[in-house]
Amino acid sequence: MNMRNIWFIMKREFNGYFATPVAYVFIIIFLLLAGFSTFYVGNFFARGEADLYPFFSMHPWLYVLLIPAISMRLWAEERKSGSIELLMTLPISVFEAVIGKFLAAWAFTGLALILNFPLWITVNYLGNPDNGVIFTGFLGSLLMAGGFLAIGSCISATTKNQVIAFVISLVVSLVFVLAGFGIVLDFFSSWAPQTLVNAISSFSFLTHFDAISKGVIDMRDMLYFAALITIWLFANALIVYARKAD
Amino acid sequence: MTSAIEINDLAKHFGEIKAVDGINFSVKKGEVLGFLGPNGAGKSTTMKMITGFLTPTQGSVSVCGYNVLEKPIAAKASIGYLPEGAPAYADMTPDSFLKFIADIRGFSGKAKKDAVISAAERARVMEVMFQPIETLSKGYKRRVGLAQAILHNPPVLIMDEPTDGLDPNQKYEVRTLINEMAQDKAIIISTHILEEVHALCTRNVVISRGKVEFDGTPFELEAMSRYHNAVVLTVNSIDNSALAKFVGNLDFVAETEVLSSGQGIRVFPKDGKHITINLSEKIREQGWEIASLYAENGRLDEVFRAITTKNTAGAK
Repeated sequence: MNMRNIWFIMKREFNGYFATPVAYVFIIIFLLLAGFSTFYVGNFFARGEADLYPFFSMHPWLYVLLIPAISMRLWAEERKSGSIELLMTLPISVFEAVIGKFLAAWAFTGLALILNFPLWITVNYLGNPDNGVIFTGFLGSLLMAGGFLAIGSCISATTKNQVIAFVISLVVSLVFVLAGFGIVLDFFSSWAPQTLVNAISSFSFLTHFDAISKGVIDMRDMLYFAALITIWLFANALIVYARKAD
Repeated sequence: MTSAIEINDLAKHFGEIKAVDGINFSVKKGEVLGFLGPNGAGKSTTMKMITGFLTPTQGSVSVCGYNVLEKPIAAKASIGYLPEGAPAYADMTPDSFLKFIADIRGFSGKAKKDAVISAAERARVMEVMFQPIETLSKGYKRRVGLAQAILHNPPVLIMDEPTDGLDPNQKYEVRTLINEMAQDKAIIISTHILEEVHALCTRNVVISRGKVEFDGTPFELEAMSRYHNAVVLTVNSIDNSALAKFVGNLDFVAETEVLSSGQGIRVFPKDGKHITINLSEKIREQGWEIASLYAENGRLDEVFRAITTKNTAGAK
């Protein structure tokens, strides 16, 4: 694994987001939706608490919708334009390409996330929040975004069509979020053994993100996202390796 | 190690279709191998296997001594590759694109700058360095692809239809560039433009239906033509059919035909020999006045057709 190559691929891919208006549109929409959901859905003011829980708790839903828009182009566009033939005949390994592209998308998401800093300033202006909790929330949100991105990147590698990549990534992401949702769990708990219900729940982004967003760093939650990212990226590399020329 | 590229029993099957069906050839440094064949013959598939993009169904490729399957990174580092259609990152400029390639190829600092400038100059894309690639004409796009392929001065250069879609001036420039680089590299170019056989190649491999049907010099390829060393003869003193009858009886002549234009006859020699001198002597002996007499080169298009369709006649 050559770090230089990963870095160059990441740099090219990251700059690629800004070569078109897509990056700016995405960031603006992300900020608008994050703000809207925090204030209206999350009742930021009415809660009367100086924290960013309403902001973070909306992230799984925002990500389901928006992350596939970031990840859809990663591989589908390479396939469509034929540049995958160029990329895969350069002296780099498939893993370097997969990781470089993933990191670019992750860095871009991180940038969009950081641009929500006015909210952090606001909450510090209005009260005395626990900034450690907020920092953990950012970290957790970023980790979860990485999970969504890894899913989206892998699915993007299966098609030439960005719309298909978007739709399938959205559905798969939704499954991963909903697995921990009350309604889904109730549906299973009425008949399935408790171990199965727990297993389904443990696969959910919500279950693992909720604790982190409240400032609780549990190694198991971290490991969950790290493992999720690793597994999806590994599958991503296998798909690219086996089907790059299709 | 004498050959820069060694291809052994290489095959690629897509399901039932044998796109490439057990081919062997090698390319030495200093050779420009023209890879000919009709569309769908397996040229691109072969090139994709040499460059490590496609995994062969069987057989092996080694580039500069590195087996492409076992040492892909080392093999790829010694190859410059222009894929069919010269794909690039459309939203980048040639400048940023070539810098990216230079980064990946391990250049940095001044060496990187020099490599980018040198490649851009040789491929003649300097004047469009800061325009997005998607806005460039087909000719410029192709040359950006070429610049990318030659940037690291690779010992092996593989180009899939480098002049396809270019205008005659651009073709000339690309051929000049390839000729300039030919001496110290092993080059494979695929083409179905037959004039490039002479303009570029020191050797030709013709493939058809995934098999090598010919491997030799352009001269040998031409010599396979019925028209190779055929003589077109015009004589003032006698009409064409009588001339054809007389010439047809000479011992070194295999066959004659009266040209449909009425401008003389064509004489086919026995065994493809040079017959211009003998023929002109015999005509003069008759006291006839020769208006024109010239030997033809082989006709590549005819040879190409003969080689690449000979199996279809027998099959089903």
